[in-house]
Amino acid sequence: MKIQVEITRRPGLRDPEGATAARALRDLGFTSVSDVHFGRSIVVEVDGDDRDQALTDVEDMCRKLLANPVLEDFTVEVLD
Amino acid sequence: MRTAVVVFPGTNCERDVVYALGVLGARADLVWHRETDLSSFAGVILPGGFAHGDYLRTGAIARFSPVMDSVKAMADAGQPVLGICNGFQVLCEAGLLPGALVANRDLSFICRPVHLRVESTDSILTRSATVGDVLEIPLNSYEGNFVVPEADREALHTVLRYSDAQGGVDDDANPNGSFHNIAGVANRRGNVAGVMPHPERAVEDLLGSTDGRILLESYLASLAPIHV
Repeated sequence: MKIQVEITRRPGLRDPEGATAARALRDLGFTSVSDVHFGRSIVVEVDGDDRDQALTDVEDMCRKLLANPVLEDFTVEVLD
Repeated sequence: MRTAVVVFPGTNCERDVVYALGVLGARADLVWHRETDLSSFAGVILPGGFAHGDYLRTGAIARFSPVMDSVKAMADAGQPVLGICNGFQVLCEAGLLPGALVANRDLSFICRPVHLRVESTDSILTRSATVGDVLEIPLNSYEGNFVVPEADREALHTVLRYSDAQGGVDDDANPNGSFHNIAGVANRRGNVAGVMPHPERAVEDLLGSTDGRILLESYLASLAPIHV
């Protein structure tokens, strides 16, 4: 089973890559860009077919390693 | 009283730290990150570099290296634990210090001397200094931009801030966008500290500055005899 993890910078914390990309996009003429947020996408492959268990496990992985709770939020979903 | 200088795969400032402590007359030994027993050491320094390649996030993998249980035990016991640059990032990831370090504001790697103003002397990094002292020490990092969630800001124990040569702290003196110009923090107890610039690179006139000495001397003055 493949679990998709999306990790994003928590709102209110600086995102220098996002701010720089937003500035560059506006410089290119995309003047409607108000902000850009960078994140990280991870796919975790796990054995077994218990979806709830897999999601619970991957959430635990996010809390312990894949995301930094000081900086980041995360969402998990099963990829079909 | 020996200091353990931890070497993770990718650490690259460990010998500078051992050398600098030697200049100050102290002994330090390199300790591989798989070591689990630090009981013969009075203090520990996590040096700069790119532990575990900085994969995932700076410090994210290093935090789980076997040596870290002993580092945490020393922190809990009140022994001096100092993180320099990448070591600071590791201590934040490990939850031993608040906040985190992200990419510099201008997305540039910064490698130049910066000025730091001493904000608190209640830490192993600054106890021998005086509040208001201005130190010139090299900064050498891409992810040196200190961020801290609002909830943790009140309890923050700031020990060093980026300043100008006169000690003025403003945005012009902030090289990397760090919150409140913060260059170094400590825990409440003061025995765990992290600093982004490199004091070990400023211990001899030949290096351009000896201002790192007072910080390393503070660390050394914090070592208490231990019974092995």
